[in-house]
Amino acid sequence: MNEWTNTGREPDPLPSSLPGPTAPGLGEPQAEVEETLKRIQSHKGVIGTMVVNAEGIPIRTTLDNSTTVQYAGLLHHLTMKAKSTVRDIDPQNDLTFLRIRSKKHEIMVAPDKEYLLIVIQNPCE
Amino acid sequence: MAPKQKKKTSRGKKRLKPVLAASEDMEPVNMESMGHPEIYPLVLTTKTQEIFNCRIDEDVTDEQPYKLINKEDIFEDLRNRAAVSDFHPVKKIVQEYPGNELLLVYDKDFKYGLNFYLIATEEGKENYLNPPEVPEEQEEYKEHIPEDVYIYKPPVSKPWVSLGSEKEIEEESVTESTKQITYMISRKRSEFGAPIKFSDQNASSVKDAYIECTAYPDKNFTLKQLEKDVGMQVIPQIKDISTQTKWTYPKNATTQYYPREFSEEEKETLKQSKPLVDFLNNASISVEIALQQNEIMNTFIDDWKYLAEEEGTFGDKTDTHLKEYQSFTDLHSPTEKMITCVSWHPTIYGLIAVSVAVRLSFEDRVHFSGKLLLQPSLILFWSFSDPIHPQLMLESPDDIFCFKFCPSDPNIIAGGCINGQIVMWDITAHADRIENIKAGGSRSKRATLKPMFLLEPESNKEAMYIRHCAVSSIENGHKKVITDIHWLSDTFEINRMGSVFENRSGICCQLVTCSADCTICFWDIRPQKPLTPQTTEKKKEESIEIPFDVPSTFLHLDLSWKPLTKVRLSKGETSLDHCPTKISLNEDHLLCKTQDKMLAQSKTEKAEEMNPYHNLESGMANLLKPIDDFCTKFFVGTEEGEVIYTDWKMEKDPETGRLMSKKPVSHHTIHDGTVHTIQRSPFYNDIILTVGGWNVAIWKEGVMTGPLLQSCCAPKRYTSGHWSLTRPGVFYIGREDGYIDIWDLLEKTHEPAQSQNICITMITYIKPWIFSSKQQFIATADYYGTLHILEIPWTLSRPSTNEMASVNHYFEREVKHLEYVEQRKKIREQEKKEMELEMAKKKVKTYQKSKEQMQAELKMDYESYLELEKTVLINLGLIKVTEKGSYMEVM
Repeated sequence: MNEWTNTGREPDPLPSSLPGPTAPGLGEPQAEVEETLKRIQSHKGVIGTMVVNAEGIPIRTTLDNSTTVQYAGLLHHLTMKAKSTVRDIDPQNDLTFLRIRSKKHEIMVAPDKEYLLIVIQNPCE
Repeated sequence: MAPKQKKKTSRGKKRLKPVLAASEDMEPVNMESMGHPEIYPLVLTTKTQEIFNCRIDEDVTDEQPYKLINKEDIFEDLRNRAAVSDFHPVKKIVQEYPGNELLLVYDKDFKYGLNFYLIATEEGKENYLNPPEVPEEQEEYKEHIPEDVYIYKPPVSKPWVSLGSEKEIEEESVTESTKQITYMISRKRSEFGAPIKFSDQNASSVKDAYIECTAYPDKNFTLKQLEKDVGMQVIPQIKDISTQTKWTYPKNATTQYYPREFSEEEKETLKQSKPLVDFLNNASISVEIALQQNEIMNTFIDDWKYLAEEEGTFGDKTDTHLKEYQSFTDLHSPTEKMITCVSWHPTIYGLIAVSVAVRLSFEDRVHFSGKLLLQPSLILFWSFSDPIHPQLMLESPDDIFCFKFCPSDPNIIAGGCINGQIVMWDITAHADRIENIKAGGSRSKRATLKPMFLLEPESNKEAMYIRHCAVSSIENGHKKVITDIHWLSDTFEINRMGSVFENRSGICCQLVTCSADCTICFWDIRPQKPLTPQTTEKKKEESIEIPFDVPSTFLHLDLSWKPLTKVRLSKGETSLDHCPTKISLNEDHLLCKTQDKMLAQSKTEKAEEMNPYHNLESGMANLLKPIDDFCTKFFVGTEEGEVIYTDWKMEKDPETGRLMSKKPVSHHTIHDGTVHTIQRSPFYNDIILTVGGWNVAIWKEGVMTGPLLQSCCAPKRYTSGHWSLTRPGVFYIGREDGYIDIWDLLEKTHEPAQSQNICITMITYIKPWIFSSKQQFIATADYYGTLHILEIPWTLSRPSTNEMASVNHYFEREVKHLEYVEQRKKIREQEKKEMELEMAKKKVKTYQKSKEQMQAELKMDYESYLELEKTVLINLGLIKVTEKGSYMEVM
């Protein structure tokens, strides 16, 4: 890592990194997170939504703890497997979305480098 | 001509004498025409024959038909006899004949025309004498001797022609290249005959004791095989492996783990991190697309499959009527009876129990009470195999109005009496008897050709009267008729307070009854710990003799059975109470399937140990765990037609400190008559059917505003009802004129889908039952004591696809409708209020007019009234127009 040497004045720290008309600073990203999740949850038929980190530890969820932990653990493995499958076939390819449709509902997984967004929806009424 | 003489052939070849022709100018005739130009036929007279010694059959015989004649002799004969000589014609030939002897052959068969012939050439002579060489002569010979055998001619050696084979032979032949050396070894002459001594000697020890020629690979003779003929066969690869495990001792190993989780603070920090925000923004786009796709359309649905209706129907699809299967009547009872309650035996096929009661009003009962005491009140067990004789008869002290089989043991029956007692029966001793009816029934099925009344039961068995084994205490129980009895589920039990605990005994051990004395009682069939001061009194009571054939299962309960709790349904401020007729608990055993499962479970348990009902004390001492979140509310239907939703849990009255039953949660008066059916749907635990009076209502537990469906008044009173066990939207209602109305919620909700006449009188009870996927029966009891068994047709028993979902949908719609109605009510109320306000405002406005104006108005009104009066009177003819009026004014 570069070593900082105190040579004179340091640049002033910026108040907030996000440009926004109303910028309470740290509160906004949290509100955004909440708002996004709420929006997803309010879709028709959605049973549950959860955000899981790269190791499978849930961060945010709308279901109860035991179910969340089970879903997180299982889907994390499955997503890793799917990702490695796609990349084995073509190393320049990558997994963007995973949908598992079962008799009762559909599980949607949006993977990322660090997180996983899992949504469970009941498609047919 | 003159006969020629021949010489014998024993001398070999001899020259014949040439034969001269008699006249030279006459050409001899030869046998050229016959292919033998050297043959000249001759006639030889006897004289000539004598001269030449060729006399026929003397010198010339068959064996030797020829003769060699010298030429000179023939010339001599010719000179002697000149033209007379027989040889005259052939004179020239003889002269020309080269040889010395001519051959004369005797032609016995006159082959050439004459008896002799002469061969004119040497060659011919040779040929004749040596026949094998000449084929022509051989032919002749053959003609002479037809049976000639093949004469072997030895091969004549020819000079060898070399074709080069001698070289090969020379090459192949083995010749000695070198001269062989011969050795002759012999011993010394002196040693001949001397004794010989043999001894052993190791060949390798002595030098030069032997000479060997060791084999060595000679390179001259190493052959390289370039071609090899080998056979191959393909077989699967087989591998034999064996292992030996080391079996020490089995060990239990367990692992317990818990998932990793973030603490709350970590979660908060993560939530605020920028990467999460970005990720969510990106991910939510694709997720929302996917969600919307699903909302638009279900792409995986198989339309073709959903289009099809269920195929493979049994029987006619158009057949929608209930078919009469059998009917049972007790012919032996002296008085007229009616059936009050019907119950199918949970396990045995074809067994149904009916409780009969005397068909008298209360006054008549009191009047005939003496007579009634003598007749036993019965529960009859009917079997399909025997329509005339009931299989079992259970005796009770008085008429039974409701009874139930115990779900965990079908040999225990609890019934509610008209006098307020609960009666218990234990028919375990007779269980095999009724189970074996099945075998008897199958035998009688073969004889179904006979009419029913000719069918005799196999064994002439007397109908067994089985006495009850316990009745409840008269003072402490109900005071009036017990209208409904239920077994509590074996998953929970309650205590005195009404709190719910888990049931560890695994059997149904508690009952709930409701009676016309406005109480609902909970009973426990297990022996209760007796309170000490009462023991002496109880002992006195218990000294009653018990008949020997009654099982002692419930001996502890007999006559001393007290209810666990009593719930009084009070109406609040007034002293009147609700009179419950039927109750419906949360967990009811309507579903036959669960019954079977539970019975199976309990049966396996019982196989191992004693019947738990005979050992009821065992489960008492356990400390029980209370069940939380148990819904202790239940529905009650009353005599006045109300449906009450109340709680059985007792609460302590803050003022008096006594245990008080709670107030009902909701209370509706829907029916115009007694509610005689409250039933939960076998498919939905929170949908309740209530039938009473002239209409039907369907309720949903939790929706307190009103029933989901309330039918309009029917022309006839509804007297019984039951849900269908297989179709979620179908229920059966019995009417007082003997009709069954079949309602189908998916078809029509304002009236029954079907109506069918069963009997002539009021239907008192309906109970459907499933036997198999193809057979479903409905038992209908009527007022005259006959039990009709009808078969439910395919259409009514088989649910259509998605029926449950559709009915669910219907109920949800109705709930929404009710909510909407509520809302509308509120809106309406609001509107009403607004309107009233406006009206009030208007009134206020009018009131603000000045007094003068009002007076003027009043006057005007009065005048217009007078005018009106006048016109009316004129019309009536009481006042004459104009003239009289003015006269009156003048006056």
